[in-house]
Amino acid sequence: MISITYIEHDGTERVIEARPGSSVMLAAVTNGVPGIDADCGGSCSCATCHIFVREEWLTKLEEISPIEEAMLSLSPDRKENSRLACQISVSEELDGLVVTTPEFQF
Amino acid sequence: MLYEREGTTHMNESSKQRSQLSKWSMVGKDPYSIPIEQIDLSHPGIWQANEYLPFLKRLREEDPVHFCSKSAVGAYWSVMKYKDIMEVDTSPDIYSSEPTIGIVDAFEEFTLPSFIAMDPPKHDEQRRIAQPVVAPANLKNLEVIIRERACKILDELPVGEEFDWVENVSIELTTQMLAVLFDFPFEDRNKLTYWSDMTTAIPSKGGVANTQEERWAAIQECLEYFQRLWDERIKQSPGFDLVSMLAHGEATKNMPAKEFLGNLLLLIVGGNDTTRNSISGGVVALNENPAEYEKLRRNNDLIGNMVSEIIRWQTPLAYMRRTATRDTELRNKKIGAGDKVVMWYASGNRDEEVLERPDDFWIDRPNARQHLSFGFGIHRCMGNRLAEMQLRILWEEIMNRFEHIETTAEPARVYSSFVKGYTKLPVVLHGL
Repeated sequence: MISITYIEHDGTERVIEARPGSSVMLAAVTNGVPGIDADCGGSCSCATCHIFVREEWLTKLEEISPIEEAMLSLSPDRKENSRLACQISVSEELDGLVVTTPEFQF
Repeated sequence: MLYEREGTTHMNESSKQRSQLSKWSMVGKDPYSIPIEQIDLSHPGIWQANEYLPFLKRLREEDPVHFCSKSAVGAYWSVMKYKDIMEVDTSPDIYSSEPTIGIVDAFEEFTLPSFIAMDPPKHDEQRRIAQPVVAPANLKNLEVIIRERACKILDELPVGEEFDWVENVSIELTTQMLAVLFDFPFEDRNKLTYWSDMTTAIPSKGGVANTQEERWAAIQECLEYFQRLWDERIKQSPGFDLVSMLAHGEATKNMPAKEFLGNLLLLIVGGNDTTRNSISGGVVALNENPAEYEKLRRNNDLIGNMVSEIIRWQTPLAYMRRTATRDTELRNKKIGAGDKVVMWYASGNRDEEVLERPDDFWIDRPNARQHLSFGFGIHRCMGNRLAEMQLRILWEEIMNRFEHIETTAEPARVYSSFVKGYTKLPVVLHGL
C-alpha cells in the first residue's frame, strides 16, 4: 500500500493507504476525504478534483497533458503546483505523497 | 450567435398552433411504431407537450448515434448515450463549438460572438476574465445577499391561494441574482429578463418578439445600457461585478462592442433560463414524487444532494451542438467534416447504462453530482456553483416556511427543444 497525505484548506490532515494503479482522486473519494468532488468520475473533464502538490513531489509526477492543462487553466485558483487528482496514478514512487485540497472546487 | 434562434418562445396560442400545424411536429406520434429514421428531436413540439422521453429511450436502445437527414433545421446527428456525449464534449478539436451551439445556423447579420461559441485559445482567454465573478470565493460574499433576497421573496408570497410559481419565485429570484452579479440598477432589473427572453426568441407574430427587427432593437437597447455602465465603471477602480471585470480585464478591455454584447448576453441568458427552470423543476419533481418530498421534510440535510438531482432530472438545457471539424467515427457511425452533432444531455441524464433507476427522482441518489447538465470539458458551465448555491439557499428557506408547495394544475412548458422549462406553474402554499 502507498501512503498519501491530504491536507485540507483549514490544515486538517488525513493519511490514506492507497493501492497502486488507483488514482489520487479515487483514493480520496473512496476513503471519504472531503474537498474533492470529482463530478466527471475521473475523465479529466470537470476540474473538480483540483489539488496542490507539495513542491518536492512535483518532479516525480508524469507531465501535465494538454487536456489537463486546458481544464486547469480555467480555474481561478490555478497555481504552479496545481494538478487534477484523477490524472495522478498511484505508484510505489509516490509513497509518502503530500497534497493540499483547495478551499473550493470550481 | 448566442443561443439558437429556434430557442425559447413562451407558450401562447400562436406557438401552440404552430406545434400542431407544423409538418415537422412529432406530437401525438407513437415513438415505437414510426420508422426510426423519421425521429427528429429538434422540433419543439414533443418538448412542449412533454412527450419526448420515450423517443430518447428508443434512440438510446436502437440507434444511439442517430442521423436525422431531414428536419426543419436541416440534417444533424443526435448523440444519446452518456459516455458518447462525454467523448464529444471533451474533444473540442474534433467537435468544434464554432460557429454556434444551437441546432439552427445563425443569420450572419444577427450574430453576436461569445465564448460559448468559440474554440481555444480565444475561448479560454475570454472565459478566464468572467470566471472569477461566479467562482466560489466570490460566491461566499454573495451568499448573504442571495439569502436575504430569497427570504424576502418567500415572505411576500400568499399562503392558501393559487399563484404562478414561475413568475413570482423562479423569475423573480434569478432576475435579482443577475442584477447582483452585474451590479445592475435594481429598479431596472426586469430589463435583464426582457433582454434575455428577446435574445433567445424566434420572431413570430404574437410571440415574445414579433419581428427580427423588434428583437434586434431590444438587443441594441441592452448594448447601449451596458455601454453606459461600462463607461462609468472604467473610470472607477476595479470591482467584483461582471461589467467591471470585463472593463478592466486585460483580455477584454479592448473588446469590440459586438463581442462585449455577445459575452454579456451569454452571461445574462446563461444565468437566467437555466436556474429559473431548475427552481420550477424542483417543485414539479417533488409533487410528482410525494415520498421524496416526505424524505426531504424528515431530513433537510438532503438539500445539497437534492439540488444536483433536480438539475439532472430537469436538465434545463436539453442539448448542446458541436460541428465536426473533420471526418470522424462515433460508435461505428461515419460523421463527416462540417456535420452538426447534437449532444442530448436530456438523454444522457436518463442513460440506464450509467445511472441506476434513471427515470426516478431520488433526492439521496448516490453520485448525484455526476450528471451531464453542466456539460463536461472546457465549456463546462461556468456558473454551476452559483446555480447550486441559489437552489440550495432557496430550498433551505422554503423548508423553514412551508409544509407543502402544492401544484394545482399541469405546468405549461416552454416551446423549445433547447431550453427545457416551464412558462406557468400554478401552486398553493401550505404553511408549517
